[in-house]
Amino acid sequence: MREQPILQVKNLQKKFGEGCQHCLDPEIRQLEKNFCPYCGTIYAVHDVSFDLYPGEVLGVVGESGSGKSTMLQGLYFDIELAAGEVYINEPMLASQNVLTLSSQQKRYIRNYIYGMVYQNPLDGLKMKFSSIGNIAEKMIAAGSRNVGNIEARSKALLEDVHIPLRRMKEEPRNFSGGMQQRVQIAKALSNNPPILFLDEVTTGLDLSVQASVLDLIKQIQRELHISMIVVSHDLAVIRMLADRSIVMLNGTIIENGLTDQILEDPQHEYTQQLVYSLL
Amino acid sequence: MQTKPHFAFFDEGSKKEIRRATLKAVAIPGYQVPFASREMPIARGWGTGGLQLTLSLIGKKDVLKVIDQGADESVNAVSIKKLVQYTTGVALTDHTAEANIIQSRHRIPEHPLREDQILVLQVPNPEPLRKVDAREYMTKRMHAEDDYSGAWLILFEQIMKYGKMTTGAAHPVYVNGRYVMAPSPIPRFDNPKMYYSDALILLGAGREKKIYAVPPYTNVESLAFEDYPFSKESFKGKQCKLCGAEEVFLDEIINQETGDRTYQCNDTSYCMERLNSAQEKEVESSYA
Repeated sequence: MREQPILQVKNLQKKFGEGCQHCLDPEIRQLEKNFCPYCGTIYAVHDVSFDLYPGEVLGVVGESGSGKSTMLQGLYFDIELAAGEVYINEPMLASQNVLTLSSQQKRYIRNYIYGMVYQNPLDGLKMKFSSIGNIAEKMIAAGSRNVGNIEARSKALLEDVHIPLRRMKEEPRNFSGGMQQRVQIAKALSNNPPILFLDEVTTGLDLSVQASVLDLIKQIQRELHISMIVVSHDLAVIRMLADRSIVMLNGTIIENGLTDQILEDPQHEYTQQLVYSLL
Repeated sequence: MQTKPHFAFFDEGSKKEIRRATLKAVAIPGYQVPFASREMPIARGWGTGGLQLTLSLIGKKDVLKVIDQGADESVNAVSIKKLVQYTTGVALTDHTAEANIIQSRHRIPEHPLREDQILVLQVPNPEPLRKVDAREYMTKRMHAEDDYSGAWLILFEQIMKYGKMTTGAAHPVYVNGRYVMAPSPIPRFDNPKMYYSDALILLGAGREKKIYAVPPYTNVESLAFEDYPFSKESFKGKQCKLCGAEEVFLDEIINQETGDRTYQCNDTSYCMERLNSAQEKEVESSYA
């Protein structure tokens, strides 16, 4: 019997702008990279479909502006997608396109099923609240009302991500970028979400911190069997984390398959260029 | 030539608009109804929200009481009383039991309120989630989605930092199991008085242009955690030095020279009534 995907994504669309007679019809559309030269409408995500299986790490590679983050923010309901279907293999959400649910139900999914680590910690953390408070927020949102339990779980998570407990009451704005990123990871993991989104988690971190954050993600995946979507433009990160990868260019998927296969034998012109430019 | 002011200061259109907002507030307990806060002859932040509610409600036969932090004679209370009386000619009182409309800044009177009374509270900051997000459209969205994790988070932070919830006033409440509301800066001591209150409670924020309400007999719960339950200020073992009252909200008075601490009822009219009735009894027993 074949395994059921935990997350099914079908034909996601996102455009910024109204569109015009030259670009609204996909048949005759003539885009310059991903934008229409006549009206300036950007087709950020165009017809993206993929499946995510339980316990799997899916890498998403592509250059800046290829629609990786937009797609992820759409999946996490931070931005509204224009069209498409997303199915989550959870009993209570069976065969429902989660993009069409009410904002309360979407919030439920964010609190219980999804975890998100943003590229910029400012998006994922409240900088005026303590680190332990930031982790607690997600548990409170999921209905936990017991300070003892919340505190114990937050402390365990902070230890997991190697943040000294003596700094737990400090605000993350006092932390270095790597530490902020690790607080975000702890927060994202607080409710044991089955699906975790990681958006450029190591970009901008120094090499030793990068290594420890990657180690941590690898360890989480091994121990908790969380399914992850890892967005990165860094092929080394993708090579280390992802089992399967998709390559995006100008808002569409141009190649997908096993990560090793893509890196060893790239088919598409852009992927070839990407792989060969790897130092 | 000096013309007489319109009854209750406002033109009828203004009163109607404020009453309409008030009705909506009563219909949706705890929900902050926006309204067009009028320019008043006192500065915003000095009770204009409460004053506008009072002026829109008051009729010729009403009896008004105004308190400021428990006191009937403080400047703010007296100015508001004078303004309302000048424009309406209504009777004023200090006795809680005699008033129909009680406008109050930061206290609910000690004397239990009745069904035929309305308590009007002045509110400086109506938004319990303002600390969580400074943007109004975001806090509105949180209210709409019943997303109150931020309100609990504020309390959680206090417990982490100080070992207990440290809300001095305006401890947030859950109204009718739906909206989280800032009960105006009343001390925690007064929060339980809102629970299934006999009287209608109206809250007005003039500067922030919001009216909200707790209708009579409404469930009002103070936010708390399972292992950190809500508690009101305790005055155990202390009593008012004037009237000897216990189980009331007390002011602490420190003698600057000796450093001695004494306590006194915060609700001055309650204290006065107790003193007068004690004196009456004394007179009856000694001189009968």
